[in-house]
Amino acid sequence: MYAYDELDRTLINERVSEFRDQVKRRLTGELTEDEFKMLRLQNGVYLQLHAYMFRVAIPYGTLSSKQLRRLAHVARRYDRGYGHFTTRQNIQFNWIKLSDLPDALAELAEVGIHAMQTSGNNMRNVTSDQWAGVAPGEVEDPRIWSEILRQHTTLHPEFSFLPRKFKIAITASEHDRAAIKVHDIGLRLHRNADGETGFEVLVGGGLGRTPFIGKTIKPYVAGRDILSYVEAILRVYNQYGRRDNIYKARIKILVHELGIEKFAKEVDEEWKQMGHSALTLDHSVIEEVRSRFSYPAYEKLPHMPDELKQAAHDPLFERWRKNSVAPHKVQGYSIVTLSLKPVGGPPGDATADQMDAVADLADKYSFGEIRVGHEQNLVLPHVAKRDLPQLWKALDRIGLATPNVNLVTDIIACPGLDYCSLANARSIPIAQELTRRFANHDTAEMIGRLHINISGCINACGHHHVGHIGILGVEKNGEEFYQITIGGRADENAQMGALIGPAVPYAEVADVIEDIVEAYLALRDRPEELFVDTVKRLGVEPFKERVYATR
Amino acid sequence: MPLVKNGRITTDLFVHIAEGAELPGDGAILVPAARFLEDPEAMLRRPGKLGVIWPNNRNLDDLVPYLDRLAAVALVFPSFRDGRAYSQARLLRERHGYDGELRATGQVLRDQFVFMSRAGFDAFEVKKDADADAFAETMKRYSVFYQPTGDGRVTALNRRMQLRHSESAGQ
Repeated sequence: MYAYDELDRTLINERVSEFRDQVKRRLTGELTEDEFKMLRLQNGVYLQLHAYMFRVAIPYGTLSSKQLRRLAHVARRYDRGYGHFTTRQNIQFNWIKLSDLPDALAELAEVGIHAMQTSGNNMRNVTSDQWAGVAPGEVEDPRIWSEILRQHTTLHPEFSFLPRKFKIAITASEHDRAAIKVHDIGLRLHRNADGETGFEVLVGGGLGRTPFIGKTIKPYVAGRDILSYVEAILRVYNQYGRRDNIYKARIKILVHELGIEKFAKEVDEEWKQMGHSALTLDHSVIEEVRSRFSYPAYEKLPHMPDELKQAAHDPLFERWRKNSVAPHKVQGYSIVTLSLKPVGGPPGDATADQMDAVADLADKYSFGEIRVGHEQNLVLPHVAKRDLPQLWKALDRIGLATPNVNLVTDIIACPGLDYCSLANARSIPIAQELTRRFANHDTAEMIGRLHINISGCINACGHHHVGHIGILGVEKNGEEFYQITIGGRADENAQMGALIGPAVPYAEVADVIEDIVEAYLALRDRPEELFVDTVKRLGVEPFKERVYATR
Repeated sequence: MPLVKNGRITTDLFVHIAEGAELPGDGAILVPAARFLEDPEAMLRRPGKLGVIWPNNRNLDDLVPYLDRLAAVALVFPSFRDGRAYSQARLLRERHGYDGELRATGQVLRDQFVFMSRAGFDAFEVKKDADADAFAETMKRYSVFYQPTGDGRVTALNRRMQLRHSESAGQ
């Protein structure tokens, strides 16, 4: 966990007081809606289809039990008793009153939570691996660098009015759980030949209407230089990024139009001229940030405790354990994923009561710490293996033990037309229908790892391009249609999915997905071959044939 | 439109010269960049203070040779959403060592004062009277700053280090 100190707390409180004044000026009409829009967006407040939506940052996905309880309180007091965890390590509340927002922010600030820059054309919440600090084989805890970047990008006096939003993600593991290749800047922490840690810097990735995989702009930037290098990229982007057309204003378009070599040259020239001194991170500064992360006092525990051996006789427990429990870097401990994807539920939603219960379980079994991943699930990062059977029972009681992590029903979906003013089509009911179709666990397990991503519009909040199966809602003559892509992925081998053919109407989507899955089961060359690998081997054609032959 | 300079509402001594308008014989003037670049030397020889209004999409390199002879540089915010002039301001102050008046013009609202001041602006043509009146109060809003810029404010990272040192020195 990272402990905010007096300075961090002071800044958050100063921000709340500024926003309170801005809301007041809006309500008296001193600020026009046009002027206020930018200010509220910088504080995470959107005007949605039915009400204001309030998006709260969970920097690098780490929460304390106290913080989660406070989020539950906000859900209960200011909203309708639930919150929605998003693909950007944020939580959204959908039904909040503008006049209540300053109070809600003030209550969150008391536990070190803020909503700064969760929206708007500035540097957004820095995201990272939800297993950071506990994943075996990690170079080092990427959250130290995420926190350094969080501070640096918060209320940055030069980059708070960029051409468009700007997203940074960091990973320190070989297996990328932070989707760094589809971010404006992706940072991969690794060691150079001298054993020093630094970053491979990728730039220009992103989804939306013009999807791109990020390109490596520099294979190695030393940790101490990362702020100056990021600042050089931002400065070039701020200057040359297009402002004439919001659809072409992202850095990915600039990188694409200039070409990565030319863009890299511009950045390098800027970087050379910056005279990095003020931005160079002194070793002691890095260590100061590192020292404010605390780690649990792990016990020395056996690899295979008796409690686990006994529980293994229960097939339901075993099913959940195999699906939801991952190896931890410390012997005797596990990383546990809590599925927020129950059959028939909207992906990523949690009730206030569930949040409170998870906070209690985190105190009891995970040193008071919770993580939020971009797959819209929660994680308890430090669970002693001996406690797994008890934890499972407790999770089952609150509906958070669905054993479907990474399976076909672990669907990522945006809120779609049910909430979002940008959407062209519904996402949530499609996800709900698919979880019912594939509710049989044995079938889902036989299918294996398969990621379905659903977006209700071209803006791609559901990351449909990088779903193994991607579903994109579009509107045709006032009706909802869906384009289906296959073969996308967001990991270290990230790539965009390929379209299988014409869009299909709402009523047919679930049938089409079932057809695709059946085709895969018939086509895979062995049970271990993942869906996405079968698509890679065979291409789109056989799937296309299966889907459209009878339609 | 009120002008705030060095923290106070003040009379603007500079006359804005429109594109194509005749220059007054003396007195302080602010001229558009294109006009200035037609014949910079002649313009600089003219008696009276000279300032240049520099658009936010024009390369500063063309201005840099004249900086030490200019009394003011006015940068432009055509909309409060367009942040290019923040980068220009920092470059002028921190890279090119410009120490004359640096003026923010265009859509200038109180909610940008702190950002602008941190980027190096010391003069503000403010859109609304109420915002100009609130200048001092608005500038006091923040006491903690995360990023080093040329404004001399100590960053949170450095303040923490100082606190640590003074703690260990006291032990």
